[in-house]
Amino acid sequence: MKTVRSLILVSEDEASNRLGARTLFQNLQDALQEFDLQEEVMLSTITDIGRSDALPLVIVYPEAVVYGPVRPEDAHYLIEEHLYKGRVAEDLLAPIRQLSGRIAWLRARKGTLPAEKRVVLRRAGRIDPESIDDYIINDGYLALGKALTKMTPAEVIAEIDKSGLQGRGGAGFPVGRKWSFVAGASGSPKYVVCNADESEPGTFKDRLIMEGDPFALVEAITLAGYAVGANTGYIYIRGEYALAYQRLENAIEQATAYGMLGENIFDSGFSFHIHMHAGAGAYVCGEETALLESLEGKRGEPRSRPPYPVTHGLWGKPTLVNNVETLANTLAIICNGAQWYRSLGTLSSPGTKVYTIMGQVNAPGVIEVPMGITLREVISIYARGMKPGSTFKLAQTGGSSGSIIPASLQDTPMDFESFRKAGVSLGSGALLICDETTCIVDLAKVLLQFFRFESCGKCTPCRVGTQRAYEILKRITEGQATLDDLDEFPRLAGQMEQTSNCGLGQSAAVPLRDILKYFRAEVEAHIRLGVCPAGVCPMTVERESAQTKTPVLAPA
Amino acid sequence: MVNITINGNAIQVPSGTTVLRAAEQAGITIPTLCDHPDLHPFGGCRLCVVEVQGARLPMASCTLPVNEGMVVTTESPALTKSRRTILELLMSNYYDSGYKDGQKETTQFMRWVKHYGISVKKAQAPAPRYPVNSDPNPVIWVDMNKCILCTRCVRACAEIQGRFVWSQGGRGFNTRIVAGAETTMLEARCETCGACVAFCPTGALDNRLSMGAGKPSTVVTTTCAYCGVGCQIDLNVKDNHIIRVTSNPDASVNGMAMCVKGRYGYDYVHHPERLSKPQVRRYLLKGEPKPKASAGANPGENSDPLWDWVETDWDTALRITAEKIAQARDQHGADSVGVLTSAKCTNEVNYLMNKFTRQVVGTNNIDHCARL
Amino acid sequence: MAGLATSFGSGAMSNSMDDVAENAASMLIIGSNTTEQHPVFGARIRQAVLRRGMKLVVADPRAIDITEFATLHLRQKSGSDIALLNGLMYIILEKGWEDKEFIQTRTEGFEDFKATVMQYPPEKAAEITGIPVAKLYEAAEILATNKPMAVVWAMGITQHIVGVRNVMDLANLQMLLGNMGVPGGGVNPLRGQNNVQGACDMGGLPNVYPGYQAVPLEAVRQKFEAAWGVPLSPQVGMVLTEMMPAAGEGKIKALYIVGENPVMSDPDSNHIRHCLQSCDFLVLQEIFPSETAAYADVLLAGVSFAETTGTFTNTERRVQMVHQAISPQGEAREDWQITAELAKRILEIGERKVAAAPLSGWEYANTAQIMAEVAAVTPSYAGVSHERLERGDHLQWPVKDASHPGTPILHVGQFSRGVGKFMPIEYVSPPELPNDEYPMILNTGRVLYHWHGGEMTRRASGLMEIYGQALIEVNPDDAVHMGLDNTARVRVTSRRGSIEAEAWVTDRVPPGMVYANFHFPEASANELTIAALDPTCKIPGYKVCAVKVEVV
Repeated sequence: MKTVRSLILVSEDEASNRLGARTLFQNLQDALQEFDLQEEVMLSTITDIGRSDALPLVIVYPEAVVYGPVRPEDAHYLIEEHLYKGRVAEDLLAPIRQLSGRIAWLRARKGTLPAEKRVVLRRAGRIDPESIDDYIINDGYLALGKALTKMTPAEVIAEIDKSGLQGRGGAGFPVGRKWSFVAGASGSPKYVVCNADESEPGTFKDRLIMEGDPFALVEAITLAGYAVGANTGYIYIRGEYALAYQRLENAIEQATAYGMLGENIFDSGFSFHIHMHAGAGAYVCGEETALLESLEGKRGEPRSRPPYPVTHGLWGKPTLVNNVETLANTLAIICNGAQWYRSLGTLSSPGTKVYTIMGQVNAPGVIEVPMGITLREVISIYARGMKPGSTFKLAQTGGSSGSIIPASLQDTPMDFESFRKAGVSLGSGALLICDETTCIVDLAKVLLQFFRFESCGKCTPCRVGTQRAYEILKRITEGQATLDDLDEFPRLAGQMEQTSNCGLGQSAAVPLRDILKYFRAEVEAHIRLGVCPAGVCPMTVERESAQTKTPVLAPA
Repeated sequence: MVNITINGNAIQVPSGTTVLRAAEQAGITIPTLCDHPDLHPFGGCRLCVVEVQGARLPMASCTLPVNEGMVVTTESPALTKSRRTILELLMSNYYDSGYKDGQKETTQFMRWVKHYGISVKKAQAPAPRYPVNSDPNPVIWVDMNKCILCTRCVRACAEIQGRFVWSQGGRGFNTRIVAGAETTMLEARCETCGACVAFCPTGALDNRLSMGAGKPSTVVTTTCAYCGVGCQIDLNVKDNHIIRVTSNPDASVNGMAMCVKGRYGYDYVHHPERLSKPQVRRYLLKGEPKPKASAGANPGENSDPLWDWVETDWDTALRITAEKIAQARDQHGADSVGVLTSAKCTNEVNYLMNKFTRQVVGTNNIDHCARL
Repeated sequence: MAGLATSFGSGAMSNSMDDVAENAASMLIIGSNTTEQHPVFGARIRQAVLRRGMKLVVADPRAIDITEFATLHLRQKSGSDIALLNGLMYIILEKGWEDKEFIQTRTEGFEDFKATVMQYPPEKAAEITGIPVAKLYEAAEILATNKPMAVVWAMGITQHIVGVRNVMDLANLQMLLGNMGVPGGGVNPLRGQNNVQGACDMGGLPNVYPGYQAVPLEAVRQKFEAAWGVPLSPQVGMVLTEMMPAAGEGKIKALYIVGENPVMSDPDSNHIRHCLQSCDFLVLQEIFPSETAAYADVLLAGVSFAETTGTFTNTERRVQMVHQAISPQGEAREDWQITAELAKRILEIGERKVAAAPLSGWEYANTAQIMAEVAAVTPSYAGVSHERLERGDHLQWPVKDASHPGTPILHVGQFSRGVGKFMPIEYVSPPELPNDEYPMILNTGRVLYHWHGGEMTRRASGLMEIYGQALIEVNPDDAVHMGLDNTARVRVTSRRGSIEAEAWVTDRVPPGMVYANFHFPEASANELTIAALDPTCKIPGYKVCAVKVEVV
């Protein structure tokens, strides 16, 4: 397995090539060998970088320094300065104004990037998750103590707001704004609900936080309760997370015994109680309003919005619903201040993000890195590259409600704003890395299979639309589809997006669009040529046991 | 009050009103299936989507509360397209096995399907997914192939009857309406009030007693004759027969609600044992004395042929009765006559019985079963 | 409703069903199986609990369906209602929860009443009723502190030998808490039959003319004599339960029965059969040859509600139209036409002659004309007309004139009799208690799927498929003692008769009690019931009698 400490990218679009990018690449390769860095530093090319007057560009990771224009003869100097001596070659830096589009963010990243920056996972794996003493020794309850004794609820919210923290559940809603909505909503009592129903396939970041640092979640929920004026909190936890459940229960128990939970915490007059509720295995209950329905003991079906939970949440009362990772971030913000938090990540998306990496990479697992790094960095550096012989084809983010990111977009910085602009979604932080052995139609079929099963069944477009889409995809994989079927995708996807009640139905349509947008040729090959280029699909009808279904009428 | 604009009309409605209700008040029809004014909004069918200025996506008007200054459009080519797609999706999972239903008229679902020009034959599912007539309930017919999962039955059972028989089972494409834990309605503690049938917009739930009865020639609103609640009900009449009883949405006491007797206990009216002519005992026609029951016989048993019933005409029956009552009164005094009037009869009949007793007979010996 | 008439001067449901369902903060249901006997109102009560969180206390020996929605279920022993109510009122006084201002300004007789209630400390009430003291306190607190509180009852209160006293004690409770004349409160007896209220309103009672104008009152009699052109009897007549024995004794020579089936619906059926058999002449106007028809000399074919036009008055005093939907079946005739024809013929041939008077005649073109006559002689119906009802007016009597909107809530500001009267009510034990020979208590009533004597519902195919035979409810503990499994038949025997039916083993009934209905002639509970009468309103005590139960 190859491990690199740095990654160098050379632009290789036509313009760059005209300006000697190929020679530059060769020269860089030579220089690396000269300094004996070829094992530690990886050299690669980048195609889609947007327009630039500073071509050819050279980008060095993990610091993400952008040089340009770089002439072939600069190669030796650049390698020596940056990679051998370890300092930025200031004179070769690309003028920032000449950069545009996706490249501009790199300069906004302020300084160098550490390999991993742990904020929410900083205690996970390092402390005894069942000992409140261990937690307290490791800065536990500093944030809550500070908030309860030195800050008003409004000041807490203001600090969170200033930090620019965005929800980590997938939608990226500004957390400070949400807190202030709940604090400002009329109606009482108010509730804090922690969404720990982590059910996106391949996502297990929240589990790590809950299992590794359960007291932090308990503290953060209490902090949120103080800020928004709630005295009761609920943790709606995925039913399968038995260990996390057990550790959180233990945390609640110990915190209560230590007076960190319950009546009059820190003698501040503020009281707070937390209840646990285990989900029963429905994916849709991760949607916040379905979660609230489920918590109320009803069938987990998303509500219609407006009104939103911030004003009409649990039992119709103002309710703050936040994801585990989101809440876990708030402690560090209160401890270290919004200013500090903003020093991480990008301008528009401060802070870190926890990702779970799976698929055809050498080192799958969980990482916590600052917002704004690219998929290429994740794969090449943190996941230590694609498996031998594998070529990166696409990534699927955020479990099923994320989107498909083709290789062409792998240099898009992973933050809310950039992804939104690129028309893709960060999702919940899962990264399924696929290579050429993945068939795009098969992948979409698997996703739709999941949706048609996990749709709550409430609204027509989602309940029936996912089924119809699945049927078409299945026909393609069986070689039974026509090109007309492909015209149905945008129509169906459009209506599902337009008329579904919640995000599930809307995002279920995304794969239908994405596969045609990025992989139309591959899809059409199934239909026109009758072959699956990846060799995955059966391309023949799988016989089901023949069932004659005739209406059964009662005797008159 | 909140000011909103719907299709260019300025409308003022109380805050908390949904856009759908506001449109209704302005005389604007928005297609709906899962919505019913008596039930909590659900927002499932999505047929009622409208465009709201400033909103990214169309919104379901049945669950959308009005906001000051809201500008709503209820008809546009895009909305028509959305609604047609929704109806097509619903139809793709709907199967009509071709039997004659028990509905009063065309179902709400079929009206919209036709309105949007969808061919039932082409659009419906290739085969049924469920058995037709899947519940043994004696008065309610269940055919889930016609179910569009609007959950009006679920809500009617919960919000009108408070019985919670129906619910949604399964999820995703396998979602279906189930009684209890997928058992029969009666085992799921159904009280057979028929509210679910009254609210069903597709005929998935239907009146078993009325299957194939067709459309009524007249519908007469009247007051139920069972208990003292006094529900207003609609008798559907065809060929001088009651073919079904339906809810009258404007009923002051009960709204859409009824009980099992009110909705399904009507066929006694046409029972073959109905008295269709006056009858008198033979001894009265022959001018003989009343035959005594033989000793030892049970009360009411009398095998004497003079005690047989004879059907007669009204004139004879009334003449005999008048003579006998007049005779009793004239010979034994007015208090030798007793009258039992009926808590089942109308006020007008009861008034006449009271007048009859007091004016015609001259006694106060009148009572009914109020005490019982 | 004599009890309410004594306490308030008017004996009807004081509030509306809708009002109670929408506004009551708490409710006491006592002696009413609301969800089975008044199902649509029962459903509204469920919704009041579900939607508004209305606190519901149900007092019933049986675990009837509505107890599922109750905050508290009090399972008093049959016939111990007065001890229960007095015990609750003791607690209310003890805690100072009574409405002192209401008592002061709107009632009389409080001190005497209080002295009686003070004889019922919770311990004593608990002993008589079998309800633990703690539950009595809990109930009193719920009912006294969640106002307005509505009391709802039905035959379970009135069909006792102490029925009138039960009702008066409920009136006491509502006066004590000041729940009269307010939305969401009141005394709310649910009338059994669809038009019991109307039959009473129309003078179908031996002591009152239409609108509860008392027979013994000179002025009233003169008014009706003037209207009808004939001298009227000043003597209060016989009630049904007196008429039957009188027929048996030969004092009643002729009986004219319209739409009633005393053999099924009256207690002690054997006795009723004997009485009817003894009557010289019985004319029965009916739609079916009922069990009573076996004793009739003439059967007149009347019509069902679907074949006639007129009005019913529901339990909340609401007058509503009945519309003819189909023509009379066969040669049957509308009942008002039969009665009018009979009246004309009797007046023609009999000795009693009628003078010309404004309302003496019997020529009616339609029932609207009859209602006009009702309005002319009945102050509480003065403003009722078919025309207004057809126009959509919602009229609850009293409707004082043609422009009066009706009266949804009675006793607002003032009771009909001026001030409300507290009546001291003592507990008396039921007339027939279990002994060695008849060790169990029989409770009787109706079930959801059937109606009364069952003449209609036993001929409704759908209802019969659901509930096709009489079932006798037996507690599982008793079933074990008897060696009874759920499918066996039982024989229930009282001092008066015996029935056999299938047993339904259920904890709806408490141990020591069986419950039977009277819908099925082959096993009618009224073969067993006791004809002992309430001394004031002469309702039989259907709800308690001693029986023995054997497995067949």
